[in-house]
Amino acid sequence: MTVDQPKYKTSDEVDFVIVGSGAAGGILAKELSTNGFRVVVLEQGPYLTEADFTHNEIEIMALDKLTNHPKLQPTTVRKTPDEKAKPQRALVYGRCVGGTSVHFTANFWRFHEIDFIERSKVGPIPGSTLVDWPIRYADLEPYYTNVEWEIGVSGLAGASPFDPPRSKPYPMPPLPVKSSGVLFERAARKLGWHPYPAPMAILSQPRPGRSACVQCGFCLAFGCEVGAKSSSLVAAIRVAERTGRCEIRPNSYVHRIELDANGRATGAVYFDQKRNVYLQKAKAVVVCGNGAETPRLLLLSANKQFPDGLANSSGLVGKNLMFNSGGTVTGVYEQQLNDYKGYCVSRVLHDFYELEHEKVGFYGGGGLDARYDFTPISFAFGGIPPETPRWGKEFKATLAHNFTRTMEIFCHGTSLPVENNSFSLDPDLKDAWGLPALRLTYKDHPDDLKLASWLFERAHAIHEAAGAVKKWSFPPQEQQFGVHLLGTCRMGNDPKTSVINPDHRTHDVKNLFLCDGSSLVTSGRGQPTMTIMALAFRAADRITALAKRGEISA
Amino acid sequence: MNESVSRRHFLSRSFTGLSAVWASANWPALLAAARHAHQAAKSAAPPKFVFFTADEAKEIDAITSRIIPSDETPGAHEAGVVYFIDRGLTTFGLDDQKTYREGLPALQSTIEEMFPGSSKFTALTPEQQDEVLHTFDEQSSKGRQRRFRTSPGAQNFFETVRQHTIAGFLIDPDYGGNHDGAGWKVIGREREHMFQPPFGYYDKGYPGWEAAPKEEAKEAGKK
Repeated sequence: MTVDQPKYKTSDEVDFVIVGSGAAGGILAKELSTNGFRVVVLEQGPYLTEADFTHNEIEIMALDKLTNHPKLQPTTVRKTPDEKAKPQRALVYGRCVGGTSVHFTANFWRFHEIDFIERSKVGPIPGSTLVDWPIRYADLEPYYTNVEWEIGVSGLAGASPFDPPRSKPYPMPPLPVKSSGVLFERAARKLGWHPYPAPMAILSQPRPGRSACVQCGFCLAFGCEVGAKSSSLVAAIRVAERTGRCEIRPNSYVHRIELDANGRATGAVYFDQKRNVYLQKAKAVVVCGNGAETPRLLLLSANKQFPDGLANSSGLVGKNLMFNSGGTVTGVYEQQLNDYKGYCVSRVLHDFYELEHEKVGFYGGGGLDARYDFTPISFAFGGIPPETPRWGKEFKATLAHNFTRTMEIFCHGTSLPVENNSFSLDPDLKDAWGLPALRLTYKDHPDDLKLASWLFERAHAIHEAAGAVKKWSFPPQEQQFGVHLLGTCRMGNDPKTSVINPDHRTHDVKNLFLCDGSSLVTSGRGQPTMTIMALAFRAADRITALAKRGEISA
Repeated sequence: MNESVSRRHFLSRSFTGLSAVWASANWPALLAAARHAHQAAKSAAPPKFVFFTADEAKEIDAITSRIIPSDETPGAHEAGVVYFIDRGLTTFGLDDQKTYREGLPALQSTIEEMFPGSSKFTALTPEQQDEVLHTFDEQSSKGRQRRFRTSPGAQNFFETVRQHTIAGFLIDPDYGGNHDGAGWKVIGREREHMFQPPFGYYDKGYPGWEAAPKEEAKEAGKK
């Protein structure tokens, strides 16, 4: 905590209680407190800052310092609703102030026009509940621009011929190219495609209180020690704190939204660090958990008025979950790339963002990027050619030769919404607080796997054209684990087929708003955080307008 | 275990972004050890074994040395991997201790069977050692007599040692294991905390970004 915050009493009825401080919650905290409202943010994780962030794989991977802990918050997994779910880790999300934006890779693509209107364009898709968004790209464009300028996004406007229209260039130039980016760029151009400098939520130029990227090589899964990664922690929460109207309350695990007899939310009930239970009173509640914890909270808040869970008259809370499809094709080159140095992704291409399904035989689209996302240990387990002996002289020699000569081409794609794919409450398993655990039900739409295979072929072609000495991939597999948690409280105009309206207000509870990955109607092509933040800026505008017109508390 | 290992292998490479890192290894079990190894390495007195007897430690050290051998460059032995494992097992769950407790006698009886007159791994030639280890490694034991599970439901002894050896060899030396950064020297990872471009061979001399012509772009987009 860098500035004095107000300390509200739980009995103070603040204007907004925000549940979660991640990509959406941090932005809403900043915007609503800047607009003059009194805000309490309840974050289940700890308040960590740059001084707490290290390159320590033990803390990050083994002890889950920044993320949900599988022992404290276990989950179960199954493929279809008729199966009994088995205990298994289903998801990873950021569990600290700043949420997943603290540890993410910081790829920062805008959605394109097609993502908002794909259903109208392609018609119904068997086995999918694909629908159009109630808003369009043009509605969100000003907010994408807001995100880029306010939090700091590096990139080059106009560099991709497939980019959607934008009202302003990026505020700062792209980060320096890496060896993987150069190989990718040259090869993709040979093939007639259009690679471009990756837009990244990482500073290429310093900003007040934040360093430009120092190329330490620990973006993915780690917190940034110099504040270069544009997390909501460094780019939004601190602004919120400076208003003097926003209190960030960490270690506060919200497990129920309280309602009065009239069906209005009166606040959020949470455990503090010592597991004392409090109700923070508020005129309105904004839930920004994530695509798993937000629906879980609504389901946990079931009561007599809402026996199937809060704001769940549609029955869609937790459903239509989308993880994004994809995977990697790995290549080894003659010379040293040293791609373990520096940020993760320096070149992307979007030639395949919008595919004609009659020609390719499936629905969807995607993007490719050049990257290296291994730590030394994960490289030894998953980064060497599959036929290499798993131990002994040749194993060691391969590690020694390949670690600096390897790059990956990552294929990112759509997940089509499928109603059965969901997060729900496990009927048996409980978390360490005695609350029902999250249960994942997920089976990829067959087109998602076809798309992944199709993208893999293009990634192989790029490695080939780049002169890879060796390249390989594994067949795309059905996913049972996710980090992109999308679509589980989808936005729409019709209360029967959606959970929130275009103002992010739940159809069923007038002073309850949801904004995070759960709001997304479609999955985009693999990089959701930019859109989650843009939605949060827009939601803040809509909620502010409603509040100023007296339409929330009335 | 075979299923879960190959599954993990698949999973680790077929997921998006972050999930790959978590799915690629059993991090919790592997890495809790590192801290303790680090303290052992830092202490001025010669480190004492906590879990293993001195004889057992020699056997484990010899096994790790077949997994990552010492040749022109340092191997598991020079990186002090046996200390990493020893200290780690005092904080591991019971399951991992059991794997070693059952695995070491199973190893011994396998040696006695395969090479009558011998009972110690350290007494065998490197070729004999590899032959013994292959009978414990289900992924390379094709057709041979298999012993990879010492008791029903137990973890695969060899796979456990293999994962622990890799972790002890490659963990960030600032935080534990990987004595003197031996493992990182082998794989060519520099220990600096920050880097500057050019990073590698292919970005050296990059002339700078130049956009592709636009009309060509529109055409390609229609595929």
